[in-house]
Amino acid sequence: MSAPMIEMSQVNKYFGAFQVLKDVNLAVGRGEKVVVCGPSGSGKSTLIRLVNRLETHQSGRVVVDGVELTEDPRTVDRVRREVGMVFQSFNLFPHLTVLENLTLAPIWVQRVARKEAEETAMHFLARVRIPEQAGKYPSQLSGGQQQRVAIARALCMKPKLMLFDEPTSALDPEMIKEVLDVMVELAREGMTMVVVTHEMGFARTVADRVVFMDGGRIVEAAPPADFFSAPKTDRAKLFLSQVLGH
Amino acid sequence: MKWLRDNLFPGWVSGVFSALLIVILAKSLFAFVDWAFLEAIWRPDANACRAAKGACWGLITEKHRFILFGTYPYEQHWRPAAACVLLIALWTFSAFRIFWRWWLALVWLGGLSVIGALMWGGILGMPYVENERWGGLILTLLLSTFGVAFAFPLSILLALGRRSDMPMIRALCVGYIELIRGVPLISVLFMASVMLPLFLPSGMTIDKMVRAQLAIVMFAAAYLAEVVRGGLQSIPKGQYDAAHALALPYWRRTWLIILPQALRVSVPPIVNTLIALLKDTSLVLIIGLFDLLSTVKISLTEPAWNGFGIEAYVFASLVYFVFCFSMSRYSRSFEHR
Repeated sequence: MSAPMIEMSQVNKYFGAFQVLKDVNLAVGRGEKVVVCGPSGSGKSTLIRLVNRLETHQSGRVVVDGVELTEDPRTVDRVRREVGMVFQSFNLFPHLTVLENLTLAPIWVQRVARKEAEETAMHFLARVRIPEQAGKYPSQLSGGQQQRVAIARALCMKPKLMLFDEPTSALDPEMIKEVLDVMVELAREGMTMVVVTHEMGFARTVADRVVFMDGGRIVEAAPPADFFSAPKTDRAKLFLSQVLGH
Repeated sequence: MKWLRDNLFPGWVSGVFSALLIVILAKSLFAFVDWAFLEAIWRPDANACRAAKGACWGLITEKHRFILFGTYPYEQHWRPAAACVLLIALWTFSAFRIFWRWWLALVWLGGLSVIGALMWGGILGMPYVENERWGGLILTLLLSTFGVAFAFPLSILLALGRRSDMPMIRALCVGYIELIRGVPLISVLFMASVMLPLFLPSGMTIDKMVRAQLAIVMFAAAYLAEVVRGGLQSIPKGQYDAAHALALPYWRRTWLIILPQALRVSVPPIVNTLIALLKDTSLVLIIGLFDLLSTVKISLTEPAWNGFGIEAYVFASLVYFVFCFSMSRYSRSFEHR
């Protein structure tokens, strides 16, 4: 069996005196889809932001695709080139067109020729079903379209692993589906994915494992069928009743 | 009529104020027109001026060439005039977005070389004029142009340095900015003019104009740096997150993502600072350079024209105003894009 894509062991993380992550252990295999859920403030966003070192951890080990993340900027750079990320607030570059958003990193980081980068960009725009928006600026698109552009932007770097940090939380209800559809499709193609989300329907369809966090700890990790039908802890039961309760 | 009633006389209190203001404005306007045009003397005749009640534009008629070109040799005045026109043309050309290409730098380089050739001469049959004799408008414009050209990039580096993770760099930039902002421009000019030569190895001299230019650049850079920093702070953290996640290294991230957005929001305060820079160049008179305002002052020292300061300063103000107002209008057009 090959080494896991992500391996976190005994990870601790503090914001000042406040401990956000407590002795976190998590391994994500290649091709595995993991959904991370839990009440707000439980450390889920921080957890996935550690994976491409948007946050630093104070102790423990974070290894991504065989590279341990350390102070050495080269390890960070290597990992970031392999890992795509999608944010809650899209974070598209507002001064660039959709096409420029997509080709920026391939051209300036991977040194791909412009023409080739544009072809790749158009390919992924078609995959997220908005090729006709290539010349527009992000502010001219709806939230759902912007998030799909953000997904395409991450895919243009041909990542081995995709991180999603509450990708549908900032969207109007009618746009959530169009983004989730793209993500489901991506999952079917075998992408390794770690998704922080409250969309339990998505977790049921796609996830191999659901990780439930509370108070900076991973409280439960189980296949969705088990997690939803028979949560082991009271906190998970309470959380599920709040999320699924109506 | 309806507009008048709605906006000036909606009730009796504002009505009275409007009426009062209109009367005051009208009286001042009539007085000004009377002084500036009807009673004014246009001939360069100081005695007629003293007899008349109006403005003495004769002073400008006689002295305008000295005011505009300073002590530059009289029969060669077409050279600074052409240089001024060329410099203004370069700025106007650069104002258009469609010309914002890499070759614009070459256009400037070429333009400035021609200006240098015109001003110094020594080629193409133009006699050599040392820059001690340059003065008036072209000096003001050149000091401003080079001031912007060097202060702006420097200010960006200072602003980035002030937000750097590296403590040494940050401390240096903060120290520089606070030191320069904490002292008046005049003292920076004095330092550059008097103290700088003391630190140079003997036998080496730096031209007085270059020293003044150095002081202006140092001063403007500190102010602009704070403006740029304001722009940098307005960039949401998510933009940095996205740039990091795409593995963009520092300079590419800064150049491609952060600066384009930061500078756009800083346009109004940047223009504000540049307008101040243009006017601040007038302080070089303190170290004996003859910019536009100094030449006005000097032309008043001639006994015949003693006491006609208002006219001379109105003229200089008008020149400054034209430049500053154009800059201000240009920045407005930028904001409305």
